[in-house]
Amino acid sequence: MRGQLHLWVAQRLTAAFLAVAVAVHLVTIIIAVRGGLSAADILARTRGSEAWLLFYAGFALAAGLHAAIGLRAIAAEWLGWRGRGLDLLWLGLGLATALFGIRAAWGLYHA
Amino acid sequence: MDRLTVRIWRGDAAGGAFAAYEVAARENQTVLDVVSEIQREQEPALAYRFACRVGMCGSCAMEVNGRARWTCRTHVRRVARPGEALTLRPLPHLPVIRDLATDMAPFFDKWARAMGSFQPKDAPDGAVPEDFAVVPPGSKARREADAGIECIGCGVCHASCDVVAWNPDYLGPAALNRAWTLVNDVRDGAQAARLAAVSGDAGCHSCHSTQSCTERCPKGLDPSSAIAGLKRRLFWDALLGRRG
Repeated sequence: MRGQLHLWVAQRLTAAFLAVAVAVHLVTIIIAVRGGLSAADILARTRGSEAWLLFYAGFALAAGLHAAIGLRAIAAEWLGWRGRGLDLLWLGLGLATALFGIRAAWGLYHA
Repeated sequence: MDRLTVRIWRGDAAGGAFAAYEVAARENQTVLDVVSEIQREQEPALAYRFACRVGMCGSCAMEVNGRARWTCRTHVRRVARPGEALTLRPLPHLPVIRDLATDMAPFFDKWARAMGSFQPKDAPDGAVPEDFAVVPPGSKARREADAGIECIGCGVCHASCDVVAWNPDYLGPAALNRAWTLVNDVRDGAQAARLAAVSGDAGCHSCHSTQSCTERCPKGLDPSSAIAGLKRRLFWDALLGRRG
């Protein structure tokens, strides 16, 4: 039951972070598009920037975990999928999703 | 005199079907009056449950036209327009014994699982404490406990809860509301165990805060806020590493 409590806490914390992060992400996209920045311009800004790497790595980790915990609840309520094995599967799925995002953030940093 | 059609679910744990009855449509009659009239005049074998008839005991709850209600405090004209039929079913989310009578045992088992009984701090062996505990009526904990303490265990909130429908193990609004009153009881000594018991998927963390419990509680209690209180308490306990 402590594990379930911690999943719930993790989902709330990632939600709080994502509320800010999604706003920053969207505003950044709009500024980049409307400002007419090219891919090269964007890469020039993200390359070697620890701040952007940290922000997007955190974003990807939060999004991956948040989504997986949410899907776990939906699967439990609608499909009756419950149990420790499935919990580990959801956690793995969340971390795998996060890893894709973190790899992309690393790509922008390292490009 | 106008007639009132009443469809009553009849059967047992193995299954059942609706049977239709007709009674006189009176100006002032409660749903329980109608059920009693049918049982006395037309269907002596009809099983249902009631005791006080005045909204004190909480034993007459049924599903009336799709909603769980106390039948003793529900006037027919409040739930059915003139000419409209009454449809009565046993309280949802509980095993049916027969007809309109449900087995409340699983409901009260959940109170026990949520540690819904007072565990004296001063006298764990059940002895009488040496002195009275001083609980200021205006204190925050006392007011939180007061807000939920009038529950009479009728099961209307449990029957109205979607989460109970999705997960029969879910403790439900009444048991969690009871636990929250005890979490706010400064005389209670079982806080860590109780908070552990109400946490997790079968506990407060499955609540979606859709508030059907609060909407339908005949006593006007707010189990939804009680559950939110449990979540808040457990959130900070987990974050700060506190154990109960």
